Amino acid sequence: MCFSGKREQTMTSKISRRAFLKGSFTAAGSVAVSSSVVRAASSYVREKTESLVTVIDIRKCIGCEECVYACRDSNAKKFPSPVRPFPQMFPKRVPVEDWSDKKDVTDRLTPYNWLFIQPATATFKGEEFEMTIPRRCMHCENPPCVKLCPWGAAKQEPNGLSRIDSDICLGGAKCKSVCPWNVPQRQTGVGLYLDILPSLAGNGVMYKCDRCYQKLEQGETPACIEACPENVQTIGPRSEMIEKAHALAKEINGYIYGETENGGTNTIYVSQVPFDQLVLETGKGRPPMEKEEDRMADGSNLARAMLLAPIAGALAAFGKFYNRVKEGE
Amino acid sequence: MAAVHKSINRIYGILLFFITLTGFAQMPIFKRYYIADIPGFGWLAQYYVTHVMHYIFASLLIALCCYGVLDFVLSRRSLTQISVSGLVKGMILLGLMVSGGLMVTRNLPGVYFSHILIYAMNISHIGLCMALITASFYTLVKKKAWLK
Repeated sequence: MCFSGKREQTMTSKISRRAFLKGSFTAAGSVAVSSSVVRAASSYVREKTESLVTVIDIRKCIGCEECVYACRDSNAKKFPSPVRPFPQMFPKRVPVEDWSDKKDVTDRLTPYNWLFIQPATATFKGEEFEMTIPRRCMHCENPPCVKLCPWGAAKQEPNGLSRIDSDICLGGAKCKSVCPWNVPQRQTGVGLYLDILPSLAGNGVMYKCDRCYQKLEQGETPACIEACPENVQTIGPRSEMIEKAHALAKEINGYIYGETENGGTNTIYVSQVPFDQLVLETGKGRPPMEKEEDRMADGSNLARAMLLAPIAGALAAFGKFYNRVKEGE
Repeated sequence: MAAVHKSINRIYGILLFFITLTGFAQMPIFKRYYIADIPGFGWLAQYYVTHVMHYIFASLLIALCCYGVLDFVLSRRSLTQISVSGLVKGMILLGLMVSGGLMVTRNLPGVYFSHILIYAMNISHIGLCMALITASFYTLVKKKAWLK
């Protein structure tokens, strides 16, 4: 930006104390604007309560799928009812993703199946292991799906759960791309995009586990936890659950997954086998269990560094001003 | 001095181009519309890359704006010297910085915003970006300067 007006003011000894003070106040103002943004933001920030974390003791899971069906029952009202025929998509490469005639699929994540049982095998210390692992959204502490949605369709509750608002989502699937586990799943032919530019922008609505927020709001337990006959999952405040997970891991000489993945999640798996030894069938709708670095870390570090930007600009202007004064003397 | 102003104008133009490009890349459009398929443009479909680049260009633009405003004040210029189009663009830029600053704050770990605020931030940021593009094209075509 340059103020290249017709009048090119030459700086001479005319620079007064008034101009300097005016400049100083402006500099202070520009820094204040950036910090007032933070202040304004914090006034709208919801009060932080301790996140709810689930600990999943993999040893206990028998793969009965009670949790899967409880999840479907509890969330049936939220499932999509797509309108047919689907809009002609432009360009042709945009995929139609229709699960409405495959609602019964339970061996992967779909818009109608937000939790599935993933079989796993492992050989560890000469012993063969066969396991079944309940898989769903990990509910990251700093969820990329929520933070990077360009449309503001995803949200995170102070209790740590993240969910997608099906009334706002356009189905662009960015949340799926930025999710380390590619959890959200799309259903075409439903949602807001049908009312905007159905052929040119959007492609439905993304669906994933919302941790039965409607039940949590009533002080109840999420359906999958409630229905489990083996008490595989436990839910509670983060500090308590972290302690519990570590105690359990210590007790069984086991391993933990989810505490630090992607900067920390609100789902912690405990297993007697190291997670990098697990052989899982992964792919579309079947997330891996690999070590995940914090994908938001670079952005968070840059955000803090951004506070220096107004100071750098102010210093440059003052430097120019100082040189002019010096030349004028 | 005119050469310096020309250079600053050029830097502003480059920053505006890249910040707009990386901003649009936050939406899932470049892959859909084959732009990311053009050799050398694949990075436009990598959300984390464009996210970081958007932050870097935003920092540079904020620094340049602060420099411009302070330089204006220290040069003892009157507010009446600012052209209408300059004032409009300045206000839009301020709005973009406020909404963008809120979005950056939201993206920090442990920050919870109400959903209505998140939605308002996203919509206003996109709306103001479109307004700035329109205003910038207008001033470019009509050759309007920031100052009268």
